[in-house]
Amino acid sequence: MKTDVTAIPFEQGEWNSTLNVYSFVVKNITPYTGNSSFLSGPSAKTINVWNATKEALAIERANNGCLAVDTETISNITAFRPGYIKKEDEVIVGLQTDVLLKRSLKPFGGIKLVESAARERGLEVSDRIKDIFKYAKNHNEGVFNAYDPEIRAYRSKHVLTGLPDNYARGRIIGDFRRLALYGADALIAFKKADFKQVSGEMTEHKVRLREEINSQIAALKDIVLMAAEYGLNISNAATTAKEAIQWVYFGYLAAVKEQDGAAMSLGNVSSFLDIYLERDLKSGLITEEEAQELVDQFVMKLRLVRHLRPASYDEIFGGDPTWVTESLGGQLNDGRTKVTKTSFRFLQTLYNLGSSPEPNLTILWSEELPEGFKRFCAQVSIDTSSIQYENDDLMRPNRGSDDYGIACCVSYQEIGKAIQHFGARANLPKALLISLNAGREEHEGTVIVKGIPELPEGPLDYDLVLDVFKRTLSDLARVYAKAMYIIHYMHDKYYYERAQMSLIDSDPRVDIAYGAAGISIIADSLAAIKYAKVTPIRNEKGLTVDFKIEGEYPQFGNDDDRPDTIAQEITHFFINELRKHQTYKNSTPTLSLLTITSNVMYGTNTGATPDGRKSGEPFAPGANPMHGRDSSGAIASLNSVAKLRYTDAQDGISNTFSMIPKSLGDTKEEQVTNLVNTIEGYFKHMAHHLNVNVLNRETLMDAYNHPEEYPQLTIRVSGYAVNFVRLSRAHQLEVIARTFHEKM
Amino acid sequence: MLYLPLQDIEASKLNIDDPEHLRIHSLETFGTHDGPGIRMVIFVQGCQFRCLYCQNPDTLDVKAGELIAIDELVQRAVRQKAYFGKFGGVTVSGGEPLLQRSKLSTLFQRLHKEGINTCLDTNGRLNDVHVHELLIHTDLVMLDVKHINEEIHRKLTGLTNKNTLALADYCESIGKRLWLRYVLVPGWTDQEQYIEEWGQRFTNFKTVERVEIIPFHQLGLHKWELLKMDYPLKDTPTPTEESKQKTLAIFNKYFDNVILK
Ligand code: SF4
Repeated sequence: MKTDVTAIPFEQGEWNSTLNVYSFVVKNITPYTGNSSFLSGPSAKTINVWNATKEALAIERANNGCLAVDTETISNITAFRPGYIKKEDEVIVGLQTDVLLKRSLKPFGGIKLVESAARERGLEVSDRIKDIFKYAKNHNEGVFNAYDPEIRAYRSKHVLTGLPDNYARGRIIGDFRRLALYGADALIAFKKADFKQVSGEMTEHKVRLREEINSQIAALKDIVLMAAEYGLNISNAATTAKEAIQWVYFGYLAAVKEQDGAAMSLGNVSSFLDIYLERDLKSGLITEEEAQELVDQFVMKLRLVRHLRPASYDEIFGGDPTWVTESLGGQLNDGRTKVTKTSFRFLQTLYNLGSSPEPNLTILWSEELPEGFKRFCAQVSIDTSSIQYENDDLMRPNRGSDDYGIACCVSYQEIGKAIQHFGARANLPKALLISLNAGREEHEGTVIVKGIPELPEGPLDYDLVLDVFKRTLSDLARVYAKAMYIIHYMHDKYYYERAQMSLIDSDPRVDIAYGAAGISIIADSLAAIKYAKVTPIRNEKGLTVDFKIEGEYPQFGNDDDRPDTIAQEITHFFINELRKHQTYKNSTPTLSLLTITSNVMYGTNTGATPDGRKSGEPFAPGANPMHGRDSSGAIASLNSVAKLRYTDAQDGISNTFSMIPKSLGDTKEEQVTNLVNTIEGYFKHMAHHLNVNVLNRETLMDAYNHPEEYPQLTIRVSGYAVNFVRLSRAHQLEVIARTFHEKM
Repeated sequence: MLYLPLQDIEASKLNIDDPEHLRIHSLETFGTHDGPGIRMVIFVQGCQFRCLYCQNPDTLDVKAGELIAIDELVQRAVRQKAYFGKFGGVTVSGGEPLLQRSKLSTLFQRLHKEGINTCLDTNGRLNDVHVHELLIHTDLVMLDVKHINEEIHRKLTGLTNKNTLALADYCESIGKRLWLRYVLVPGWTDQEQYIEEWGQRFTNFKTVERVEIIPFHQLGLHKWELLKMDYPLKDTPTPTEESKQKTLAIFNKYFDNVILK
């Protein structure tokens, strides 16, 4: 017998009178402290849809990672007719285009990039679209209209890299829960009320806001149309779990139809959705198997998000990632846990559908998390290597809100109230080389920074080097800030995220998320100069080509304060320099120590460094110690990274930790316990982020040689997960060469 | 017939000289195979057994290795304490820890002051008052009983098993938690009747929490070569799956918790 779910009323609160999803969650959440024994396997329908999907995925892989491209259409919320995988078995519907895995054009970030991406696949963007962009301006054009020679030099010489100046910036997380809780009509009404508020004497800020709010309203109306094409009316609030999940997904789908930002995160929807699932379960409307089926099929859809990327993009973001980051767990400020049965159900998808890099499941780890959940997470890590961990006990008090998700890879983001602007990253070792070469970059000798004196011949003097390096970093910060100002100004102007922004407060706070790569090389290089004798070897132009190191020096990654405090000091210095500059929309500077897979590309473009790293050798990923130098064991390695202060790098400090299963213990039970303790220990040291891989090197070698046998093998790299077989060969080898903690 | 002299005098000095320093071979910061949980493992230098299969022949010479201050070891353990969780801590392994039993008493007491669990991995070579004193500060003893038959034990290790058995009895008498370990070496320790006898000897011990079977492997081979010593078991194969399962089955008759490593 099926009963009327609405008969069980939700607990009322502020959410009834104002737009306040948080109040709804706090009032209605059912924390779950048990273990994973209640979970269900995949339903017959799920298996059917997933089998059909797997066939399409195999064709996509065989076709060089891209199934098809629609070159005729500019993608937006309503551009495509509905698409299905296996309509009769799909309980959650909606695809980015009308055909599964078909990619679409989103040219407002940069038409040139879209054209070259199509061309690389033997296709041409249609004449109509080319013609449109003879009249319409795009983000990329706008940015280069405003760039100055300094920025261009920093950019072309690989000091500033991966800047979102020819592709979408991403990172902006809509509060997709709003659609389910309120329905589109109510959201439009809230936006209209906001619009009215922005009146009186005009300022640039107000004019912009008025325009923005109206585009957001237009987006909401388009979302309603899109849903109607699928036969669903999302004008009103969702009444069942199935609707709630579907409404949330439509919100997200609208975002990925319009934007192809590097990272398009989902936020923290699972425990919100749990409230609906719990109610439907209680009223007998659905069974546990059906609850899991809804989650499985939702997650399946999230795995199928695709964007059209050029090959050059793969260098910085290898493996075709989309960063559909969903945060699970964490604690509420009132002491209760945010873990619900649906947190488990999301993890269960890694068993029901097999391991996968997307969605990028991120555990907000607190010492207070229920034991059953901690153990299940560790088990999932050991079985799938698909999830990452972030320190909730660190972020919550430091950043203020307990209603947050993770933007992109590792970055805290309060949901619905604030956003962040993606800032890519600066190459710190390159900056060090510039300072050792009198302001010139090391390959051709182009002057990048003016006023840096030549260093005296002979061994490098630590104080002198530190002085010129800091002067270089100051200049780098100045130019970096300018570049970001221009980029985000233009992105708003030409490629505004109306879909996500329609689900966010109208005038949100903004962070500007700067980044830095190569911190471990900096720590080691400066430690080498300080504690050993380092003499530059220069070519006829006087540029450093190598360094002679005499004597031993302490290296980052061994819990040795000598190099570790250098890493701390430089991070602190750099963010403070960045904080000195004007930012677009008065955004607040943050910094990440993160590389994605670009650590390989950075290495290629950076000459030999004073730590003994040869020219062209990859950097370590994120804030990791350099390969093989963390020789004092896993804990010492973790402790070194944990010393980097979160207050200096609030955008995230990424650490990727790989170990072989055996090193975690003899039995599965012991392995789970020991992994829980490892994560707990690391976070007790106030560390921020941990990617966990539990894999044998042999498995990776085998996957390298026989990729067809490992379609779903997933590994964590800096801040995200990828299908190993979708990485380039160079990236694959880099991962295999990385430190595996065999004896920990 | 010993491949390295016993070093009796040097061995006894090891316990007395430099009371604030431990002679160690190496440290491991994330041990998950030497006792419960995550452990810092201190491999001490010096051993008087001369096991034919020794996988760490470089830890035998009591004059080799390096001296490290006990306080530094404690500090290092404290830096790692957050990872130990409820069950982990510090394990002293070797080599043979009991050769430095008095210093280890100091170390373990200081670790206990820091709230860190202590575990001793030993072959039971000694069983004197100093060892008994050390046991007061030891939370768990992992005792390697290499062979139950005195004669074969002597052939296999160069020394008697009497002290080892006496130490086991002493632990039982004072209620000290025990994990027993058994290295399974083809042709040396895989005789069924002796495994049965081994099981019978300890089956009624109330202190035995776990028995670990450690299959012989050849990973120590290169160390013998490095030391330019003749490795007596260089042609010995690793135990077959069948032999491992058979051994496991026998142990399972006598103990509740047997782990085949
Ligand atoms: S007791 Fe251990 S260290 Fe000593 S010889 Fe035997 S195996 Fe080697």
